[in-house]
Amino acid sequence: MLNRSIAPDIKDAVAYQIALKKPELFQLDNGVTVYNVQAGTEEVVQIEWVFKAGNWFEQKKLIASASNFLLKNGTSSKSAYEINEFVDFYGAYLNRSCYNETAVVSLHCLSKQLAHILPLVQELFLDAIMPEEELMIYKQNMKQRLAVNLKKCDFIAGRKIDALLFGDKHPYGVYSEMNDYDALTREELIQHYDSFYKNGHCTIFSAGILPNDYRELLNKYFGNLPFNKTVSKDLEHSIVPSPEKKLNILNDPDGVQGAIRIARPCPIPSDPVFQKLQVLNVLFGGFFGSRLMTNIREDKGYTYGIYSYLMNHIHASAILISTEAGRDVCEATVKEVYHEMEQLRLHEVGKDELLLVKNYLIGTLLGDLDGPFHIIGRWKNLILHGMTEDHFNYYIDTIKSISSKELKQLAEEYLNPSDYYELVVV
Amino acid sequence: MIKFDRFVLSNGLKVLVHQDQSTPMAVVNVLYDVGARDEVESKTGFAHLFEHLMFGGSINIPEYDEPLQLAGGENNAYTTNDLTNYYCQLPAENLETAFWLESDRMLSLAFSKKSLDVQRKVVCEEFKEHYINKPYGDVWHIMRDLAYKVHPYKWMTIGKELSHIENAQLDDVKHFFFKHYTPSNAILVVAGNVETAHVRQLAEKWFGSIPSGEKYIRNIAEEPMQNEERRITLKRNVPMDAIYKTWHMSSRFDQDYYVTDLLTDILGGGASSRLYQTLVKEKQLFAHINCYHFGSLDRGLFTIEGQLVKGIDIKLAEEAIELELNKVREQLVDERELEKVKNKTESVMAFEDMSVMNRAGSLAFYELLGDGNLMNEEFKKYQLVNTADLQRVAKEVLRDTNSNTIWYLAN
Repeated sequence: MLNRSIAPDIKDAVAYQIALKKPELFQLDNGVTVYNVQAGTEEVVQIEWVFKAGNWFEQKKLIASASNFLLKNGTSSKSAYEINEFVDFYGAYLNRSCYNETAVVSLHCLSKQLAHILPLVQELFLDAIMPEEELMIYKQNMKQRLAVNLKKCDFIAGRKIDALLFGDKHPYGVYSEMNDYDALTREELIQHYDSFYKNGHCTIFSAGILPNDYRELLNKYFGNLPFNKTVSKDLEHSIVPSPEKKLNILNDPDGVQGAIRIARPCPIPSDPVFQKLQVLNVLFGGFFGSRLMTNIREDKGYTYGIYSYLMNHIHASAILISTEAGRDVCEATVKEVYHEMEQLRLHEVGKDELLLVKNYLIGTLLGDLDGPFHIIGRWKNLILHGMTEDHFNYYIDTIKSISSKELKQLAEEYLNPSDYYELVVV
Repeated sequence: MIKFDRFVLSNGLKVLVHQDQSTPMAVVNVLYDVGARDEVESKTGFAHLFEHLMFGGSINIPEYDEPLQLAGGENNAYTTNDLTNYYCQLPAENLETAFWLESDRMLSLAFSKKSLDVQRKVVCEEFKEHYINKPYGDVWHIMRDLAYKVHPYKWMTIGKELSHIENAQLDDVKHFFFKHYTPSNAILVVAGNVETAHVRQLAEKWFGSIPSGEKYIRNIAEEPMQNEERRITLKRNVPMDAIYKTWHMSSRFDQDYYVTDLLTDILGGGASSRLYQTLVKEKQLFAHINCYHFGSLDRGLFTIEGQLVKGIDIKLAEEAIELELNKVREQLVDERELEKVKNKTESVMAFEDMSVMNRAGSLAFYELLGDGNLMNEEFKKYQLVNTADLQRVAKEVLRDTNSNTIWYLAN
């Protein structure tokens, strides 16, 4: 008779060897570095062109994100519609996203269509014109989007906590107002485009099943562009944290929930302490079985979900706890967050719970490395942070070897309520 | 081409196995043929609340998540109007842990009072977060209620109102479980670094002895043909006017489903689609506009939703939509335009099939439709669609007397 109360034997996930498959690395004629992971089961490709063109480099608010958005909205010979039509016809996805240090153009398509689309991507890097009319529509629609977002407590809380941590002049803390959109001019966008895309610094990350001649293809279309000619100066931005630590904002008098954000600065991802903090973070609030979720959702039912995060910024990082909780239980939720911090400061985590966290981390890491897009994603993150494979291996070793004692010491240093900004927006 | 093996246990549980040795992981996906459409109108939101309770401990195992996490696994679940799907991924060597956990909660839940008390609150917070505390958050409650008079698609998966969730009792939970969570009402898909013979042995061992239960026979009244235009005007505390329009479309089992799907892409699938290009870019009446449907199994809703540019008269904006609808009703779509949306569909399907988890979920879904192998036939059905089909379906579906319109106005 089957005894269902006994768990089957398991292989502890920590016993797994995890290796990050190495990408091929080569350079185009102009010195642009290409990282490629050739693998996969489906005939699909992903290529990302990463430029040092994020808001770290902008002269004025929103220039970086607006020029990134308008990059594919017209060249001298093609309208925005013609560009979109072309990309859609080949069943491709050409997206762009703007971050703090970097801005990215990404292409996803069937392998067989790649050669059709690359000439168009080249054209965008040579000859985007960002027409006045497109800018006008962009401003209008973005202002409307902002107006809707300003009604949401989670949106207000998200941008305010960044401003408290880094200051509202710092690229990590800056946020936009209506009149920032009004103030954008085409000339400024073109200037940003010219310096940071057309004559900018580019790195290419590709993955999937690429056609045999992909090196020639990439070199043909991107090897003779004026990329990486000038050494970009590393701009400094000073962090101006808010002197005020606790803030309550009433954004919507009829609101039925409050957005809670609790945060403090922490070491950056390339710092060895960060890798250890990642384990502490998972235990504290980084997965469904975490202390925060177990107490505040699964025991008290105050929220649909509560998580803690480590920010993945290059120059400065932070620990952030984030949730939306019932309006009448916001205060109780904050109290429980601090209670869970205290538990981790006062008591070493038990053997079973620690093993669970370790197995979970290794297991999900194994799953996350499934497929070429995920593997290149890991590499991109390492490379953009100036890290190497050693950091990845160190992280794996850290997960496997970190002790309850070390986690308690980390908690004593990084989980003190008095170091935290506390924000509740209703 | 997705290959798989299939067998059925004597208690009626269907098992599909898809092998992929390129990953160290295994995926276990259990789909139950029950969704919000199987609820009664006085107790809505139950299928979804129940999904939460499935993590609150089963008859022999106090905790679902912990042992899975200990085995290096993670999991999630979702509920739709049609179905409830549970999936987990873990290192393949620990596959049996997933069988142990999934089979015990198919055998019986623990029916813990504490779990029900807590999850009622959690789901109420979920309800508030997504449907009350968000601008335009209530629109789909109102639209479903407007569009359906008989069919249970008239309420959302989350439920009609908070009180239905707040009032859920343990007896309701038990009744729901034994009615719907039976082997004959479930599909098990195991995928990844697994062997069919091993899966068969594990399936017999863990699921084989679960009583088959009484087969649930779904008996849902069909929504009668709509014969009059329906309209509602709402005033709410939102910054911009918006318009929502729906029309009843074919069921998931009809070849016209594929025609309709491509038609939504032509009108509103991305930056080169007709509605976006004309109404957002050229006429600048809308800040954004989309056209889509929900992929419902029974007759679903063809939908257009858009947010107006501030200051634009909503009547004018609706007329402009109507003009575009007239074009698809009155003129054949260009062959190249049809080819474009077919290409896009081909590409979407290839990207979806990249992860083992998605493949497992899709196999379960197509098995629910009748045969896992439909997954491999799907693109052919899109290829069959021609421009005359598009025009015919546009005429049949996009009729005024089949339409439901909400003007969602800023007050």
